[in-house]
Amino acid sequence: MSAPRRPTDPSGLERYYVLTKGRSGPGGSASSLDVATLIVSRVAPLPGMQHEHEEILRRCRDPLSVAELGAHLGLPFNILAVLLADLLEAGRVEARDPIPVHGAGRGPDLALLEEVLSGLERL
Amino acid sequence: MDLKGFDHPGELSAGGTRSVKVMIAGGFGTGKTTMVRSVSDIKPLTTEETLTQASADVDHLIGVADKTETTVSLDFGKISINDSLMLYLFGTPGQERFWFLWNGLFKGALGAVVLVDTRRLASSFRAIEEMERQDVPFVIALNVFPDSKDHPIEEIRDALDISPQTPIVVCDARDRASSRDVLITLMRHLMERSAAALEPR
Repeated sequence: MSAPRRPTDPSGLERYYVLTKGRSGPGGSASSLDVATLIVSRVAPLPGMQHEHEEILRRCRDPLSVAELGAHLGLPFNILAVLLADLLEAGRVEARDPIPVHGAGRGPDLALLEEVLSGLERL
Repeated sequence: MDLKGFDHPGELSAGGTRSVKVMIAGGFGTGKTTMVRSVSDIKPLTTEETLTQASADVDHLIGVADKTETTVSLDFGKISINDSLMLYLFGTPGQERFWFLWNGLFKGALGAVVLVDTRRLASSFRAIEEMERQDVPFVIALNVFPDSKDHPIEEIRDALDISPQTPIVVCDARDRASSRDVLITLMRHLMERSAAALEPR
């Protein structure tokens, strides 16, 4: 693969178009990504990777939320989600959705709430 | 830091780290960003969501000159609850015209804090309605501004038409301890709801 081309307008929509190769939204497992989903790298960055993919792998050695990644990389959520979909599909990152208490057909999780409560009380 | 993930990349490399999220809602100028800022462990950040007309053809969503593109910013912060649990706080966008977004935003949230400025009660009506409509458990936090009048809480409960089960607390969103106490009130409220749901009928 050739080196990533530098867009002439680094802040504009053209940049996003190039980054995502024109895709507008993620498919498959990435379509459920939440701003609070944690992303963790499973592999080290590989030579020749798209710059943004490499950057994601580097920043997610420790779990990082999609929102934090977006803020650090200066990418809007839906563009980042497309890039994450590539990495998820290739098994290069792992995604962990926030734990829901509300809805999702699961019972209320008192233990989790208690854990959050005691953490807050220690602040 | 936990280095196990590097040794065994195929395993649960997150070391079991989990996340939960809480939304900070309320009308424009009620102190949402201030609260996120005061209680966060990290310097609060902003993430952007590029929005396009929902009905637009998928192929044209990022279409180069599509005039329906809008950017919405979400301010957020993070609190490390313990080594393996992160609490993320998201301030909802202040602009009312983006509230259609809220369906997605609240999915997966433990609950919400609705900030109310008692000088402008009406500015948070819409936020309260949204919580009720989406069945998101919430607490009301009256953010005290220097020139706020001292209203009895029950009077405000009536004016906002809030059920007796929903806690209403007074806070100063600029103050870390005060904002933390609001989150503690929310957790206790969620626990009461959960305990009530577990009780046999």
